[in-house]
Amino acid sequence: MKVWETLAVAAGAVRLNRVRSLLTVLGIMIGIASVSLTVGLGQGAQNQVREQINALGSNLLIVSPGSSTSGGVRGGFGSATTLARADAEALADPSVAPSIGAVAPVATMQQVITYGEQTWTSSVVAATPDWQTVRSRTLAGGRFLTDADLADLGKVVVLGSSTAEELLGGRNPVGAEVQINATTFTVIGVLGASGSSSSATSDDDVVIMPWTTASTTVGTSATTLSSIYLQATDSGALSAAYQQADSALLTLHGISSSDDADFTITSQESIVEAATATDRTLTVLLGGIAGISLLVGGIGVMNIMLVSVSERIREIGLRKALGAAPRLIRRQFLMEAGILGLAGGILGLGIAALGAWLLPKLISQPVTMSLWASAGALVVAVGIGLIAGVYPATRAARLAPIDALRRE
Amino acid sequence: MSELVVDLSEVCKTYRNGTLEVPALRGVTLGVRRGEYVAIMGPSGSGKSTLMNILGCLDTITSGRYLLDGEDVAELDEEELSVIRNQRIGFIFQQFNLLPALSAWRNVELPLCYAGVSRAERKQRAIQSLERVGLGSRIGHRPGELSGGQQQRVAVARALVGDPALILADEPTGNLDSVSTADVLALIDELHAAGRTIIVITHEAEVADRAERIVHVRDGLVYDDAGVLASGALA
Repeated sequence: MKVWETLAVAAGAVRLNRVRSLLTVLGIMIGIASVSLTVGLGQGAQNQVREQINALGSNLLIVSPGSSTSGGVRGGFGSATTLARADAEALADPSVAPSIGAVAPVATMQQVITYGEQTWTSSVVAATPDWQTVRSRTLAGGRFLTDADLADLGKVVVLGSSTAEELLGGRNPVGAEVQINATTFTVIGVLGASGSSSSATSDDDVVIMPWTTASTTVGTSATTLSSIYLQATDSGALSAAYQQADSALLTLHGISSSDDADFTITSQESIVEAATATDRTLTVLLGGIAGISLLVGGIGVMNIMLVSVSERIREIGLRKALGAAPRLIRRQFLMEAGILGLAGGILGLGIAALGAWLLPKLISQPVTMSLWASAGALVVAVGIGLIAGVYPATRAARLAPIDALRRE
Repeated sequence: MSELVVDLSEVCKTYRNGTLEVPALRGVTLGVRRGEYVAIMGPSGSGKSTLMNILGCLDTITSGRYLLDGEDVAELDEEELSVIRNQRIGFIFQQFNLLPALSAWRNVELPLCYAGVSRAERKQRAIQSLERVGLGSRIGHRPGELSGGQQQRVAVARALVGDPALILADEPTGNLDSVSTADVLALIDELHAAGRTIIVITHEAEVADRAERIVHVRDGLVYDDAGVLASGALA
């Protein structure tokens, strides 16, 4: 008997008891659906975090003040005022840090911006022209800051896309005049959307102005910085850039041990890792719990297969009397269990796909279902069916034909 | 080809029940010639069923020798026995033993499935076999849609389809009314007339009388029609 003929016999047996087959695969179905959804949710959350962090810019290092552990007391992240404009100038020197391509020192402050009757509170960023390169931002219109704006203390601003939208509505912002801290500024450009508009600390709600102007008009400090953005010359130079920035800043601050450092350098990679590590742990944990339902599903399949074998003892005996070899009987029941597993897997993936479509609408969490994970889930489902089928199938194959035929 | 389809000599079968040994056959010697129609009779507990199981290669012998169609089947394992059952023996059971989910011709083609015959040939031979037993118009019916007599005729068609050396019928009329009984017995007579080797196991004299020869089983031993203990010589 050919393999596909045995398969047809097995499929026929599954079809014959439709309701029971459906109930049998329920466990595997729920297991596959919950594992797929958990992993999909975890993947979705990780992708979301990764996207937000990548939106910061490429090959990026961020130097923040504070977070030192001087005297065993850890300062709050970004609370200290130990980062100076002189630090940024030093890091921009290629002889000090050859692997650092561009440096963007930044001081930020919340300010109320007024356009006509419209007011909006936004984060004013006192920046340099390099900010655009380092943060990998595009312009939706107008131009960005220039060295001339810095030198002339130009009263010019570049608006983030959502700031422009809030203040000016649909009007063309370029050329418009806005008031900040009783000073009038001309809008010279608008940033393109950063792509992470969903994040709470939106990169699109900003007002960029020359730091020279900011320190004289809106009150940001001329010397201390909120952070310094560093761009490595290329992605391979990222760790060299980190080392160079670290040792240069330690020297500048006169600190001998990096344990006492009064600044923190983070890379995109480390942020991504920290942010996704907890997600991953949670995914593995929840996936493991969901996996238990797969195990229970497998036991369910084994149970019903055992029932099926004892129910069909006469059929097995007859098939043997007519010349079915034990391995054919084993194959028939194994395939039956495999088909049950496959059916459970397909139904489970169907439910997971439905959940992946529905969940983002309900809890605004993205669910990523990858083709590979789905294929893997199907393989696991069939595998569980087959493993659950081994014992019942072996029992069926070992039945003596006389005992089987004699059974009433 | 051997003249004897069934050649049992000094066959013993002992069942082991824990430490207790229960002898079911105590040295059976029996020969059945090609084309012969033999009835095996005996009360329950006589060893009749054991003999039937051994003849059908459904059970193995403890000692002695069994040549089926010239082949020694005592030494074969379960895998090899399944081939022998498939190709040498056609079974007819008291309970018909048809698969209820399959149509008549699907039931009949089962032995050919296990013999590895192609699909087209299987269907053709199954239909021929059903026509042979007078059910040519019911090939697509399921067992539940057929009468008892018709179901047993499907079983006869299934026993015939592989063209076996031996047709082994175990109480073939035990579950049938008198009309169907006459019907099935007439069919077996026909098969015999066509040259088939047939062994019928029964306890009904009406059935046994149709056979050419009656063999009686008592206490694990075989006696011929005249009540003489069968020896090495043919009855």
